[in-house]
Amino acid sequence: MSDHDYKPKSKVGQWFNDRLPLLTLANHLTDYPTPKNLNYWWTFGGILTFCLITQIVTGLTLAMHYIAHADMAFESVEHIMRDVNYGWLIRYIHANGASMFFLAVYIHIFRSLFYGSYKSPREIIWILGIIIYLLMMAAAFMGYVLPWGQMSFWGATVITNLFSAIPLVGEGIVTWLWGGYSVDNPTLTRFFTLHYLIPFLILGLVVLHIWALHVPGNNNPVGIDIKKPSKDTVPFHPYIVIKDGFALLMFMIVFAFFVFYSPNILGHADNYIEANPMVTPAHIVPEWYLLPFYAILRSVPDKLLGVVAMLSAILILAVLPWLDTSKIRSAVFRPLYRQFYWILVADVLILGYVGAMPAEGLYLLIARVATAYYFLHFLVILPVLGFKEKTLPIPLSITEPVLGGNPNFAMAKKNESKIE
Amino acid sequence: MKKVIKLFLTIALFFSINIHSFAAEKVDYLKTDWSFKGLFGKFDRASLQRGYQVYTEVCAACHSMKYLSYRNLAEEGGPEFSVEQAKAIAASFEVVDGPNADGEMFTRPAKLSDKFVMPYENEKAAQAANGGAYPPDMSVLVKARGGGVDYIYSLLQGYEEAPIGVTLDEGVHYNKFMYGNKIKMAAPLSDGIVEYGDGTVASVEQMSKDVTSFLMWAAEPHLEARHQMGFKAIIYLIILTTLVYFSMKKIWSGIKSEV
Repeated sequence: MSDHDYKPKSKVGQWFNDRLPLLTLANHLTDYPTPKNLNYWWTFGGILTFCLITQIVTGLTLAMHYIAHADMAFESVEHIMRDVNYGWLIRYIHANGASMFFLAVYIHIFRSLFYGSYKSPREIIWILGIIIYLLMMAAAFMGYVLPWGQMSFWGATVITNLFSAIPLVGEGIVTWLWGGYSVDNPTLTRFFTLHYLIPFLILGLVVLHIWALHVPGNNNPVGIDIKKPSKDTVPFHPYIVIKDGFALLMFMIVFAFFVFYSPNILGHADNYIEANPMVTPAHIVPEWYLLPFYAILRSVPDKLLGVVAMLSAILILAVLPWLDTSKIRSAVFRPLYRQFYWILVADVLILGYVGAMPAEGLYLLIARVATAYYFLHFLVILPVLGFKEKTLPIPLSITEPVLGGNPNFAMAKKNESKIE
Repeated sequence: MKKVIKLFLTIALFFSINIHSFAAEKVDYLKTDWSFKGLFGKFDRASLQRGYQVYTEVCAACHSMKYLSYRNLAEEGGPEFSVEQAKAIAASFEVVDGPNADGEMFTRPAKLSDKFVMPYENEKAAQAANGGAYPPDMSVLVKARGGGVDYIYSLLQGYEEAPIGVTLDEGVHYNKFMYGNKIKMAAPLSDGIVEYGDGTVASVEQMSKDVTSFLMWAAEPHLEARHQMGFKAIIYLIILTTLVYFSMKKIWSGIKSEV
């Protein structure tokens, strides 16, 4: 937010803006110079904002009808599904909305990994993003507990029990988290409270995330610093607004398909059985979006080390800007990194797959190899690659070819389209 | 544009692969054509009404349906009994109400607003009457089983002699579709166990189909409304997306860049 010289046209507008410069902010947001070569992977920021707002609005409505009590939670969810006007619609949007939110956030994160958006000067944006992601996982986990089905109950039991791995104080912490000696009503009511709180924390962090983004401006597929505003940029409104809107609508079609035609396919059937502390389900599996981390957790034979590995797998992302030693941002100009990038994508998908399978035999072996590779990628490959890799020459601007008439931009474009 | 379509197809593909791989343990369930599947799927009213008959005459002896009320039977998108029929159905059950002005509990015929009367007082009583096994509540049973309707439909027809080498305890039956093949429930259906009013032959297969349809409706009473709204919503979104696409092309036409 560098240009503060905006002056509203009307007298009233000026009077107001002198006291609270909301109009300056609005002007900044509409004029915000955005690289004109952003591809559709960049539309997921807007899509994520939509997801967050959808979750908050549907969540507030659900909270008006839901009862956070171990004896009544399951029944109140059925009441929502049957007797509340359009309750089924609101709940299915909320439940599938969580999956869509994670789908979008994974694309958003992997876009950042591909184009090096986490690198200087955007480290703070990235770290804020990781915190948002962590909070999302916490919110999603606690939200899944609220219907008080079998998977809710046993998922909560398994995950909270992880804290017991902490030496000395572990058991005490678990009792404190539960509010008793097992997952029960006190656990449910506190999870409900936190599930209600976290989205608003996320909302605040999203504001910071966007604020931090607006200082250096967007990265772009070429990954070079550009002059703003210039021939390389377009104002946010109407260019990016309409493009984000278009992408959002495409996303909503997929979303609608899940809500209206397969609303339960992403959930687990066991969660339509009311929680029963006396009966353990055959397989306790988390929601699909947590599976890669679940696989990492189970691949380590020691409980404490497993928890440490799982947490490190997420926290390692926070130091990624310093682990990646390459000065070049975009993978378009990093032929080796590009290959490792796709191996990492495959690695995470494999982890997700084995996370859903029983932790035994071949699955366990695959999980271990994939876990080891995950850490190898961040701790060894990335730091070394920055020094060893022979990168392609980068253009000086999005529109102009490199000085000396070298048609590198065309080459960049070609590489780009090959990747997409 | 091509790129965008490719992008979304990739996402859709990735998702569907994921779903299929996670929907592990594929079992070959018996197949039948369900009228409620598909974009425009609706329930077959006559089948739901017959299904209710099977439920109430056979299943309800042990299985409760505690989230349903008698009024649901007359509601749109369900078996759609007439209000009179539903009232008559309700009135054939007795419920405990009260306390009255004298502080006494009393029984009265059920009304439309009453929940389905449960066969047992509580879970313990249900277990005691069924050799320790609790007959699960059927309100959301279809959604609470991995195979859904196909599983229930198959299970009802999956009773057979235990293969040689499999020993069954007393009160345990062999069912080839049951998880672990051992089930406490004896085969609930046999040809002609109910007599359909509409002349349909009450074969085990027919009754399985009818009662499973009924259970699907019970678990998902707004399924028809969902399908109808979904179709409209998606058509609306497609039209809007197309319009926005051309607006975007127009807006970006002055910029040397692809959208």
